[in-house]
Amino acid sequence: MSLSSASRLHLKNARLMDPVTALVSPGGVVVRDGLIEGFGAELARGPVADAAVLDCGGALIVPGLVDLRAFIGEPGEEYRETFRSASLAAAAGGVTTVVAQPNTTPVVDDPAVVDFVLRRARDTSLVNIAVAAALTKGCRGQEMSEIGLLKEAGAVAVTDGDKPVTNAQVMRRALSYARVFDMPVIHHLEDPDLVGQGVMNEGEFATRLGLPGIPTAAETIMLERDIRLVQLTGGRYHAAMVTCRDSLDVIRRAKQAGLPVTCGVSINHLTLNEFDIGEYRTFLKLNPPLRSEEDRLAMVEAVAEGVIDVIVSDHNPQDVETKRLTFAECEPGAIGLETMLSAGMRLVEAGQLRLSRLLEAMADAPAKLIGLDAGRMAKGARADLIAFDPEMPWVVEAAGLHSLCKNTPFEDARMSGKVTMTIVAGRLIHTYR
Amino acid sequence: MSAASTFVFPHRHLLGIEGLSRPDIEGLLDLAEEEVEISRQIEKKKSSLRGRTQINLFFEASTRTQSSFELAGKRLGADVMNMSVANSSVKKGETLIDTAMTLNAMRPDIIIVRHHAAGAVHLLARKVDCSVVNAGDGAHEHPTQALLDALTIRRNKGRIEGLTVAICGDIAHSRVARSNIICLQALGARVRLCGPPTLIPTGVERYGVEVFTDMRRALDGADIVMMLRLQRERMNGSFVPSVPEYFHYYGLDREKLSYAKPDALVMHPGPMNRGVEIASDVADGAQSLIREQVEMGVAIRMAVLEALARRLPNG
Repeated sequence: MSLSSASRLHLKNARLMDPVTALVSPGGVVVRDGLIEGFGAELARGPVADAAVLDCGGALIVPGLVDLRAFIGEPGEEYRETFRSASLAAAAGGVTTVVAQPNTTPVVDDPAVVDFVLRRARDTSLVNIAVAAALTKGCRGQEMSEIGLLKEAGAVAVTDGDKPVTNAQVMRRALSYARVFDMPVIHHLEDPDLVGQGVMNEGEFATRLGLPGIPTAAETIMLERDIRLVQLTGGRYHAAMVTCRDSLDVIRRAKQAGLPVTCGVSINHLTLNEFDIGEYRTFLKLNPPLRSEEDRLAMVEAVAEGVIDVIVSDHNPQDVETKRLTFAECEPGAIGLETMLSAGMRLVEAGQLRLSRLLEAMADAPAKLIGLDAGRMAKGARADLIAFDPEMPWVVEAAGLHSLCKNTPFEDARMSGKVTMTIVAGRLIHTYR
Repeated sequence: MSAASTFVFPHRHLLGIEGLSRPDIEGLLDLAEEEVEISRQIEKKKSSLRGRTQINLFFEASTRTQSSFELAGKRLGADVMNMSVANSSVKKGETLIDTAMTLNAMRPDIIIVRHHAAGAVHLLARKVDCSVVNAGDGAHEHPTQALLDALTIRRNKGRIEGLTVAICGDIAHSRVARSNIICLQALGARVRLCGPPTLIPTGVERYGVEVFTDMRRALDGADIVMMLRLQRERMNGSFVPSVPEYFHYYGLDREKLSYAKPDALVMHPGPMNRGVEIASDVADGAQSLIREQVEMGVAIRMAVLEALARRLPNG
C-alpha cells in the first residue's frame, strides 16, 4: 500500500519520549487525517489495519517545533526569503510551524494581507505557516490595527515584529483592546532613545572595538513599562525576546504576581555571546545584541527553570548586500530555522538543559501561546512530528543551508543532533540522506 | 649597521596597536629616529620604497594625517596617489569592499586607509593582497598617532617606562585615546583618563587605567598631559551642556596644568579647538609639544612604511 492512498500512517520501530518523565522507550505512532490517532509502546510493531508503514529504524520521534518568530521576505522582499524557501529550511531544521512576522512590504496590518499570506503559504510552503499580524498600522506604533478582524482572518497574535511601540498610551490601549479577542500581544523590547547609535552590547568589548554600545537598560526599561501596563489592563502579554539578567527579575516578579505574562529568548542569545563578534563579524550583529557570557548563562538557567517560556529562532535572512558592510552600517539579523534545534543541543550536552525541556520550549509552549493544537504528543493533536538523532554529528556549511540567505552565525560550527525526518499533518516532507 | 636598519616588523599590516608586542613598538620607534635625521637633511630622500605604489584612501576628511602619509611615502621614494572620498565612486554608492577590490586590481603595494566606521580597515585588509595601514577607523584605533606620541614622549623624557600620562577629554569617541592607552601601557607608562562621565566609555577601567572626572586630581603629579579634541556636534547639550562649561571643568589652562609636575609636557593630536579643550597660551607655551608631534608624525609614518615594505614580496 502506498503512503498516499492509505487512510492511516503507522510510524513503527520508533522511540518515544514521555513528556513528564522524559524517559525514552520503544514505541510507535499512528496518524489519521493529519492528526495523531494513537501512540505508545504497543505500536512499536504492526500490524495496524489499513495503514501505510514507515519504519523509523529506532529513531526518536518527537513533536515538530513551533517557531514564534521568523522573518520571511514575502511579500515584498522575496530575494531574502519566500514561504517556499523558509519552509525548506524549517523542514530541514524540524520546525513544522513557522509564525511569520508582519514586517513585510506591505505590512501585514490588514485582513486581506493575512488572507494573502495564508493562501500563498498554503500553496507554496511545506510546513505550516501561521501569521502574526501587526499590532499597529504599518508597524509605526501610532494607531492600533484591526485586531479583531485580523484574528478572524486567521492571525494568531499581534506584534510589531522588530519594531517597539514607544508610545505607552498606544500600548496600553492595544493591550486593553486585544483582551476582548484573547489575542496575545507580542512586543520587541527596545527603547530607541537608549539604543541610539548603538550596534552591540555596551561594555568593555564594545569599547575595545570602538563601537557604540546598547545598554541592557534599553530592554529592561521597556519591559518594566509593559508590565505596569499589563497590570493596568490585564492584557495577555509576551515579551518577544529577553536577553539580560535584569529583564529576568522583572519577568519573575510579574509571574509571581500572577500577571498574564510570558517571554521568549532567541537560540542565539542562549548559545552565543558578545565575544563571538570577534573582529567585526557582521553575521553576529543582532537586534537585540548578543550580551555578556554572564547574561547568556542566566538565560539558559531561566529556560531550565521555566522563567523563560519559549525559544525562538529569530530567523532573519539578510543577503550579501546588507551584510558585506562595516559592522555599524550592516543590517542586524541571522538565519536560524535550520539550526535552532541542533544549536539547542549544545545546552543539553553541556548538562544545562534537559532535552525534554528544550523541546517543550521549542514546541509545546509556543503552540499553547498561540492556541495551536500542536507541539505535543497527544491523541487528536496535529501529526507534526520529527525524527531526531540527538547524537548525529554534522558541520554547518552555509552553502548547504536551504534559506535563500546564508547569514548563519554558526558558519562552519560543529553540531551534534540532526533532524532526519520531518512529517507535517501526517505527510513525510523531509528526509536527511 | 644599526639595530633599526635590521629591524623586522613581523606583521603584514598595521591595523592597530592591539596585537603589537613591546619589541614591535620599540623597533618602529628606533627606526623612526633614523627617519627624523633624514627629514632634517637638505636631501630628504631614501630609496626604500622606490618603485612601490602607495594609495592614500581617505573616506574621512583629513589634512594633517593625509599629508603626513603622503610626505612620508614620497621621502621614501614611493609613488603616492591620494584618493579622497569627495571625488570617488563611493559617492555613487560603491561599497567599501568593491572599492577595495578595484584598488587592489591596480596592484598597489601599500594602502593607507581612514574610514568613519570602526572595523572598516580590517574589512578592507581581508580583501586586498597588499599591506594596509590604519590611518583611523571610527572610534577604534589610530595606531600611527599613538606611535608618534610615544616617539615624541621618548625623545623629550628619555623614557616612557614609569611615566604618568593623563589623557583628557572625549575618550568615548576617540580612536587616539584607545591606541594611546594600549601603546603607553605596553611601554610601561601609567595611564590616567579624565573627562565628564558622558564621554568616558563603559568598561574602560578594564584596560587597567585610572579614571577621573576631576581634572585637577587627574593631573596631580602627571608627567604628560594629553588633550583630545571635542567634536563640535557633541558640545551643545548632547554630551556636555556647553562650550563654556566644558572649558571651565575640562579645558586645559595654566591653573589646571599647575597641578601636574613642573616639567610636565602638553600634547594634542590636532586639530585643536582653542578655548574648548585647551587654552591658547598653554597650546603655544613652553611646555607644549604639539608642533613637535607633527614633525614626529612624518618620521613615524616613514618608519611604518619602511618596516612594512621590508616584508613585501621582492622587498
